[in-house]
Amino acid sequence: MSGILPLRLEGVSFAAGGRTIIEPLDLTLEAGASTVILGANGAGKSVLMRLMHGLLAPSSGRVAWSAEGPRRRQAMVFQRPVMLRRSALANVVYALDAAGVPVGQQLRLAREALEEVGLAYAAGRPARVLSGGEQQRLALARAWALHPEVLFLDEPTANLDPGATREIEAVIKAFDVAGTKIVMSTHNLGQARRLGDEVIFLHQGRVAERAPIEAFFPRPASPEAAAFVKGELPWA
Amino acid sequence: MLEALLGGLRLVATLDLRLWEIVGLSLAVSLSAVLFASLIGLPLGAAIAVGRFPGRQAVIVVLNALMGLPPVVVGLFVYLLLSRAGPLGALGLLFTPQAMVIAQTVLVLPIIAALARQAVEDAWREYEEQLRSLGVHGVRGALTVLWDIRFSLLTAVLAGLGRASAEVGAVMIVGGNIDGVTRVMTTTIALETSKGDLPLALGLGIVLIVIVLALNAAAQVIKEAAQRRYG
Repeated sequence: MSGILPLRLEGVSFAAGGRTIIEPLDLTLEAGASTVILGANGAGKSVLMRLMHGLLAPSSGRVAWSAEGPRRRQAMVFQRPVMLRRSALANVVYALDAAGVPVGQQLRLAREALEEVGLAYAAGRPARVLSGGEQQRLALARAWALHPEVLFLDEPTANLDPGATREIEAVIKAFDVAGTKIVMSTHNLGQARRLGDEVIFLHQGRVAERAPIEAFFPRPASPEAAAFVKGELPWA
Repeated sequence: MLEALLGGLRLVATLDLRLWEIVGLSLAVSLSAVLFASLIGLPLGAAIAVGRFPGRQAVIVVLNALMGLPPVVVGLFVYLLLSRAGPLGALGLLFTPQAMVIAQTVLVLPIIAALARQAVEDAWREYEEQLRSLGVHGVRGALTVLWDIRFSLLTAVLAGLGRASAEVGAVMIVGGNIDGVTRVMTTTIALETSKGDLPLALGLGIVLIVIVLALNAAAQVIKEAAQRRYG
């Protein structure tokens, strides 16, 4: 089975309500390196990821995967995951079923996924009464069960305390180790450094800079990125 | 007045057969109507909530307006359909409990559909992106949301039941208020009051109120238990 990567965005722009959110941009995402999308609020990070994931249709240009039928081979974890009013296990099974996984395999894969994110103890609990961190791990389990080639994460730890954030990061690392391409937006520069291999810095709907993580952080090349990094790390 | 009230209570307390037959028929008719209206109205409401089609706004306006449909008008409409010369006259349903079920189904359907539409639309706003990300669309998405908010939909179904069990006009016209056949609580209350038999009218009134209260209390308890259980 040929991979769905690289993902090519060709002249992709997005406008809504008369406001341009993403200026026409060309971008290629290769397999392997984890990509972190940085930028201030309103820079267009979430919209860009939704365009890539296919939740939004570009106003112009095209989003092209290298193979057909990418839906099942890419997954997305949102800032606030939505859980169905059923058990944690049933939520993962639902995702597997929606992805067309044969019924006979669903339960086994779902249990494995819960095990992987450290939620096996909560399999039978109603998903909606889990804590924020647990729900986010459940969202990751839902993605893990599908063994996606690409995983999009939209500020996955923005609402979580440091302990829960560490657990989420560990799972994201595990995805990376398992060969899933990570594309993540975050506000947390420490997290970007811990999880990312390269940075795409968005500023007002444009890619202001794209650089390997070790080059970006000591010395961002663009003035916008430099100001952002300085603002986020005022002591640096 | 007090005497009539005591008489009514006595009828209720002594399990007066005539009274309980009427109560039984009322419940059978209204519950059947609500069952049919729910089977049609809940998916219909969900489809309108989730669907994107031309004229959707107009459909919603009409549906909301139909919630206030006067029961006598529904009765008249179903009467015309079922009368000997009407399109469904051959079925011979006029002045039967079945005709009353049909009339109440028509009456209650817009209420259940409109309330379900609102509830599903609110939930859909929350679920849509996540479901689409999981590759779920259309009918499956609507059914998922419908099932997920099933306890909230109880409110819609209950509103329908309240409306069905309380209306007089529709069942009066298509049922004919025939003693022992199509006489239900509301039509009996109307008739007995005009005849001056207040004890029976009041007795039925008390039963009607108690039933409506009990149903609402049960729904409340179920909803809260579900909230605790499922979040």
